[in-house]
Amino acid sequence: MGKQKKTSEIIIQIDGKEVKAAEGMTVLEAAQKADIFIPTLCHHEKLEPYGACRICTVEAEVRGWTNLVTACLYPVEQDLVVRTRSEKVDRIRKMILEFLLAHAPCSPQLQDLAQEYGADRDRFEKESSFCILCGLCVRYCAEVKKKNAVGFVDCGARREIRFIPEIAAKECHSCKECFELCPTSYLQAAFVLTESFAFSRDSSPPELKK
Amino acid sequence: MPKINSASELEKLRKEVLSKRDPDKPCIAICAGMGCLSLDNGRIISAFEKEINKKLKTKVDMRATGCHGYCEKGPLVVIYPEEICYVEVLPKDVPEIVSQTVLGKKVIDRLIYTDPDTGQKASHQSEIPFYKNQMRHLMSNNTKIDPRSIDDYLAVGGYFALSKSLLEMSPEEVLEDIKKAKLRGRGGGGFAAGRKWETARNAPGKEKYVIVNSHEGELGAFMDRALFTGNPHCVLEGLIIGAYAVGSHQGFIYTRHDTPQLKSNIETALAQAEEYGLLGENILGSGFNFNVEVHLDIGIFVSGESSALMKSIEGNTPEPRPKYIHTSVKGIWGKPSVLNNVETWANVPLIINKGSEWYAGTGTERSKGTKLVSLSGNIINTGVAEVPFGTTIREIVYSIGGGIPKGKKLKAVHFGGPMGGSIPESLLDTPLDFDELAKLGAPIGAGSMLVLDEDASMVDVARYFLDFLSSESCGKCVPCREGIRQMLKILNNISDGKGTKGDIKLLEEISEVTGAASLCALGKTAADPLRSTLRYFRDEYETNIDKVKSPAEKRE
Repeated sequence: MGKQKKTSEIIIQIDGKEVKAAEGMTVLEAAQKADIFIPTLCHHEKLEPYGACRICTVEAEVRGWTNLVTACLYPVEQDLVVRTRSEKVDRIRKMILEFLLAHAPCSPQLQDLAQEYGADRDRFEKESSFCILCGLCVRYCAEVKKKNAVGFVDCGARREIRFIPEIAAKECHSCKECFELCPTSYLQAAFVLTESFAFSRDSSPPELKK
Repeated sequence: MPKINSASELEKLRKEVLSKRDPDKPCIAICAGMGCLSLDNGRIISAFEKEINKKLKTKVDMRATGCHGYCEKGPLVVIYPEEICYVEVLPKDVPEIVSQTVLGKKVIDRLIYTDPDTGQKASHQSEIPFYKNQMRHLMSNNTKIDPRSIDDYLAVGGYFALSKSLLEMSPEEVLEDIKKAKLRGRGGGGFAAGRKWETARNAPGKEKYVIVNSHEGELGAFMDRALFTGNPHCVLEGLIIGAYAVGSHQGFIYTRHDTPQLKSNIETALAQAEEYGLLGENILGSGFNFNVEVHLDIGIFVSGESSALMKSIEGNTPEPRPKYIHTSVKGIWGKPSVLNNVETWANVPLIINKGSEWYAGTGTERSKGTKLVSLSGNIINTGVAEVPFGTTIREIVYSIGGGIPKGKKLKAVHFGGPMGGSIPESLLDTPLDFDELAKLGAPIGAGSMLVLDEDASMVDVARYFLDFLSSESCGKCVPCREGIRQMLKILNNISDGKGTKGDIKLLEEISEVTGAASLCALGKTAADPLRSTLRYFRDEYETNIDKVKSPAEKRE
């Protein structure tokens, strides 16, 4: 965002520290530049900001008004005051983690954050779908690889990711770059399942054909 | 039909249309709105056609009109010029109506409205309590025009506001009028329409868009489709005026894929307006160009949310984006886009015609004009009503709605569907007003009023709406998707007698996070029905939880 054009400098405050930012930057970018940590789950520097996990929610104060905003999307502006931790922010992050731990209780990334925010991984009944729907794989495949071999299906509580067998059979064996992005390792399982159920015999990689 | 090129040509055409019409000639207006349609009014329409085609073709006019509003008593038939209103008409009544009323000028007693309480009869629409207590600025034309005839719309003064705007006023003056009228968006947010237009007008960029939100996904809301199906030109006229004020040359109508009648009426209206020179290049000879495209929704509730709707128009999945930059600055394809609801646009010609002062004379301090509401649930008169802002909820429910059937007591009125809230009987004297209702935790939403009697379980009401949202949210952001999932689980447990002591506290905690951290308005307000029922009907939750049997009892 805004990386292409040279723009005027903006001074903002994050956690009491003065931070220089440029117009068009997001709060997250400004914070990262100043080595201030804001947790993220669905963010990746190569991808367009998405704003789905909401774990990067921070308090943003503009002209005396404080709002809860997502750091990965909120654009910086002059005299913006950001608080990356507050009672409210922590409470939100804690519950988001508890929501997600019901689906992926063993994700190391979630466990680390859970410790920081005192999230109870057994707060909500387990519904181990393993996927937390961060969309990193879907967006990486669409935005970077431009293949759309994996996508979201359905909506609301039934939303899930699926490999599209016709595309995945052709594209995925030589790529698999999205695997390491997955915070829960569910993606690999989903791929193997798709491979075994839905790939046609001809599309198997040469080494398996023998 | 040659294109109309000036105000005088429009006036000439209007006079021509009127001169061909004899105000004393009988005309039969049959409601062909959604409600009556489902009551098989097609058979009534064809019965009338048959009767008239026999020998009366030159003596009697008939038209299938848009929704008259009184859905409860459909199919409805109004006989002009006397304006005799017949309710619950059956095909077998048709020959008698033609011979007795249309020709014989006699009222058929059996078909007129009878008040269920007093037994008093009312032969004219204006005498029926349902209509008598309304102020039908927008809906009254529905009985007078055939939605598929632009001439009918011209006959009632249609497109005069457009000609006035384009030929006598500057865009700034139009904008000023809308601002002075204090018109607020009717889709749910109640945002000042003039301010939205102004933001888009002043936003950088040459290309700007105006959009009609005709998605109307709110459960229990059916007033927009009644108005838009019945009087499409009125909405279109408002849209063109808005485009002129904003500086837009391309409009979109985003509407439902599942209402073919609405779609077809819109398309007919667009084609006719273009033919008459009211759309397209050089409208009315003013030099202003404007085109409109119709876009059908994909049938998920969240696609009515402004940023999701715009993504849908772009051809993408309708997932909302955060609006840290307003859509009036960056909307469709990143261009300034003004999205207003059907009813908001329909108010625009009225404001231009009668003036902002006249318009602002109706309503409350901060909510001006009239509001369409759709009444449903445990109420005697289901239908679409139009009342001035400031009317109390009690008046709407009892004077217009006729009260609660079977002598039952009213428990609550729920506003705004799945993103709204309920108020208890004790607050019925609250005026219909954006801010007053929002203060009570029951924002007016788009205008659906679901009336609930003493038998309703408020826990079930909250559960029902959350269940709806669990499949109608897009599922993109965690607080909305997961919050709804968890709240619904708890409510299911409470309803099934498996609730536990900490449930209410947990519900409140989740609803707070969902409300604060969700991406769009759907998530932010998803817990509103739950919150309002917890606010006013907490005892129902507690009783449900207290009723839980101990494990020993369960085993028995």
